[in-house]
Amino acid sequence: MAVPKICGIETEFGIAHTGTEDANPIAASSLLINSYLSEVERTGEGGPAAGVTWDFEDEMPGNDIRGIAPLGSLAPEIETHLVNAVLTNGARYYVDHAHPELSTPECSNALDVTRYDKAAELILRRSMEAAAQMLPPGQELVVYKNNSDGKGNSYGCHENYLMARATPFSQIVVHATAHLVTRQIFTGSGKVGSEAHGLTTEDVPFQITQRADFFEEEVGLETTLKRPIINTRDEPHADARHYRRLHVITGDANMSEVATFLKVGTTAIVLAMVEDNVLPREFRFRMPVQAMRQVSYDLSLAKPLELADGTSATALEIQWDLLDQARKYADSHGLDTVGGPVGEMVIDRWEQVLTGLEADPMTLARQLDWVAKHRLIQGLAQRHDLRRDDARLAALDLQYHDLRPERSVAARAGLESLISTDGARAAITEPPLDTRAYFRGQCLKRWASSIVAANWDSIVFDVGDEPLRRVPMMEPSRGTADHVGQLLADCDTAAELLNRLKDSGAR
Amino acid sequence: MAEREQIKKPAPQREQAEVEDAPAASEQVEELKAELDDLLDEIDEVLETNAEDFVKSYIQKGGQ
Repeated sequence: MAVPKICGIETEFGIAHTGTEDANPIAASSLLINSYLSEVERTGEGGPAAGVTWDFEDEMPGNDIRGIAPLGSLAPEIETHLVNAVLTNGARYYVDHAHPELSTPECSNALDVTRYDKAAELILRRSMEAAAQMLPPGQELVVYKNNSDGKGNSYGCHENYLMARATPFSQIVVHATAHLVTRQIFTGSGKVGSEAHGLTTEDVPFQITQRADFFEEEVGLETTLKRPIINTRDEPHADARHYRRLHVITGDANMSEVATFLKVGTTAIVLAMVEDNVLPREFRFRMPVQAMRQVSYDLSLAKPLELADGTSATALEIQWDLLDQARKYADSHGLDTVGGPVGEMVIDRWEQVLTGLEADPMTLARQLDWVAKHRLIQGLAQRHDLRRDDARLAALDLQYHDLRPERSVAARAGLESLISTDGARAAITEPPLDTRAYFRGQCLKRWASSIVAANWDSIVFDVGDEPLRRVPMMEPSRGTADHVGQLLADCDTAAELLNRLKDSGAR
Repeated sequence: MAEREQIKKPAPQREQAEVEDAPAASEQVEELKAELDDLLDEIDEVLETNAEDFVKSYIQKGGQ
């Protein structure tokens, strides 16, 4: 049976330190985040919990869903010495692989993820402004929400979805691969040229996604080398007897809220359908890695993908099939596990977007990043009669993702918004109400001085007279406002909270 | 929540949607074309002045 698709996004941002000769990306990322933390502490606006660090106790990114990691697999390293903050909205803000990274809090639906992703952009923007105050005149930190530098270096925008441990992993691999390869037609952020070996801007002037060039394996543990379409990192951050957490690494970082919403929303529904075993047809690609690129390079959306059974199907056809199944699934099983009405909204949007892509992708220039960007690239090239490899086109591509309002091209592209400005602002400091992120965020907001460390599945308290106390939160759908709102309201101090929790047994 | 309220109406069947959307699609595209010039004016203003240097200096360490 499908479990609630509690989900989130982890974005690694690009960072540039301008106005200096000796820029160092780790130092720049640290300065960016520390500037934000000091600024929020100074203004008392809430946001980060001062002095609370990330707790690495349960971090095991080397665990492989398949049980054993094959020879040659590289487990990711954990960088415990760099800035690593927990925010009162339940998010984690830290330096990872020489990039600033922000992980949204756990959300119960795609609309909330979109809201926290928007809040993340605002946090990064404030961070740039705060850093500007710390730097000498003429220097600046600039943050880009993209996934590649155009020179073969990529950094990720990962998604994660709570799944039932009981679901056979082989079933997840088949159906998730079919979806991840074909959803690119609406999740792509667009890119000028190709960074795949041996291809030039002549071969691929423009492609649908930022990331497709960087996938080399079908299934695997790596995230930084030989990236696989299906990542097997097995870190449920929850009770491992009941749950796994699918770590999706293929996606692009989106500027468009509609693209983020659909990326997460459609994937959550497909995964719920896998858990409930309702997908009648398996789309197995003959060559999945090549299929990733083929979809990304085919702006006509017309080239069929070869399937292992000798037949073929286009990405659009596979997406139509998944959508049809999703409608049937909504009737037979309901959409409670993917946010109820938000699930309905996903299905309606999904249909609108596939209809638009089929008629003329250009109709979606306000909804999809790759279409919006392609339109501007073509327009600029025509206006100035530019060659395909003109630096101005690559510059426009990069600047589409610039998070500074005065420079951002995406902010000028007329993209449709799903999240109100007030909603996004509130999400900078307020946690979601309906996951355990609520408990984490509220505790940090009220008792930060009594908290030593926190992570996804626990909080460590220090209330002075006792040894440190770890409060486990192994169930992601508990610790909600409904569940602990009254309890938190009844407690004036962290010590009181711990006593109440002790009296009531486990949470 | 207001954002969630507009979603109740049942979606049209796929076939209907295609027929109805066809004229709307071309109108939409015309409208988008008409505003592209203004948009490009704005972009010409904000685009980094030395595109070549800007693109060349944007180098990132590989991440996840």
